[in-house]
Amino acid sequence: MLSIFMQVVRRDLLLAMRQKADVLNTLFFFVVVVTIAPFGIGSEPALLRDIAPGLVWVAALLAAILSLPRLFANDYADGTLEQMLLSAEPLSLIVLAKATAHWLSTGLPLTAMAVVFGLVFDLDRYATLTLVATLAVGTPVLSLIGSIGAALTLGLRGGAVLASLLVLPLYIPVLIFGAGAVSAVASGLAVTAYFLLLGAFLLFAAVLTPWAVSIALRISVE
Amino acid sequence: MLDAIHLSCERGDRRLFAGLDFAVAPGSLLRVAGSNGTGKTSLLRILCGLLEPTAGEVRWRGQDIRRTRDEYLRDLVYIGHLNGVKDELTVRENLQIAQAIAGRRLDDATARRSLEAVGIGHVEHTMARFLSQGQRRRIALARLFATPDAPLWILDEPFTALDVRGVAALSQLISSHVVHGNTVVLVTHQDVAIEVQRQQDVELNGGPGSIAEAAC
Repeated sequence: MLSIFMQVVRRDLLLAMRQKADVLNTLFFFVVVVTIAPFGIGSEPALLRDIAPGLVWVAALLAAILSLPRLFANDYADGTLEQMLLSAEPLSLIVLAKATAHWLSTGLPLTAMAVVFGLVFDLDRYATLTLVATLAVGTPVLSLIGSIGAALTLGLRGGAVLASLLVLPLYIPVLIFGAGAVSAVASGLAVTAYFLLLGAFLLFAAVLTPWAVSIALRISVE
Repeated sequence: MLDAIHLSCERGDRRLFAGLDFAVAPGSLLRVAGSNGTGKTSLLRILCGLLEPTAGEVRWRGQDIRRTRDEYLRDLVYIGHLNGVKDELTVRENLQIAQAIAGRRLDDATARRSLEAVGIGHVEHTMARFLSQGQRRRIALARLFATPDAPLWILDEPFTALDVRGVAALSQLISSHVVHGNTVVLVTHQDVAIEVQRQQDVELNGGPGSIAEAAC
């Protein structure tokens, strides 16, 4: 059972490595949104320091949405998804593996990039650490919840727009607590509660979404 | 033993077939015929469990496949219209990954033997993107050679894009699979001779399906 999980993760990462454009596209979008914002907002360091966590979080969220379509669309188009539905292994495990691979190829690089943005926006060390840590816990939730939207809108015309409409409301709590934790650090408050909530989101999503996505995929493939 | 009990299928507002009954015994071949748009692919997808029939049920070894999905899928190999081949993977990786996704073990020797058997052994380390349509079809078909122990094969137009020798090799594989006591369900427009002891035909023609039993 564990072997199918590892195999699918390996396969999706291999595909991501060989189709670098898709992954780089997401990262490029993230970097551009964050770096271009100061041109519009003004370059006052104190102001930027205040909005940086929220800005990075919003950009990460949009980048995650941008990368959703490729979660299942290619497998759907070439028939691999059919074979996944016909696997003797549990479909929810395959789905969890795909969401994991999606996070490893988008969420993880975004999280790593946030370290650089911490320096660029002159956040103190503790705030940067908190930003990176919230993204590390929060971005897997984005991948998991996003997979529901991607599965439900599979094969629909304009599916990408619909998927983002579906998942955006579910992303908002993650955004609020993720960005909120960093602001709390800046005002000297404790962040434990934020991390407990983000962790709860993650566990909740990891348990429930693979199951929901499996059902959605069976419906979409009909 | 694969049984269809009163299967009906509607797609959109159109009724493709209704009240379709047949029973395929182990060691026999079921050929599904009918002109375009009569629901052959839909029937195969229903038999796989990918599509819910509007009415009726499919039984495998006497059990509704919806209830015993895991055991059923362990017994089944389905090759559909789509090859499930990834352009960015090599021929060999494609086969290995397809088998892994199906939940089947594949050792190196079997992988090589299967690819040789479908005639793409010489390109096993080539990216699938550089292959012809027929060669890509062969990657999907290699799964059949790698899974001779699955008691049920469901094949949707397996001969498309194959050359004469490929067709001959595949029809021989199918007949030997059937002779060994397994079941094969097949849709094909080509008039390929497959030598089997017992063959059944289902003709879909928009009305209630008619069934002809033939012994060759």
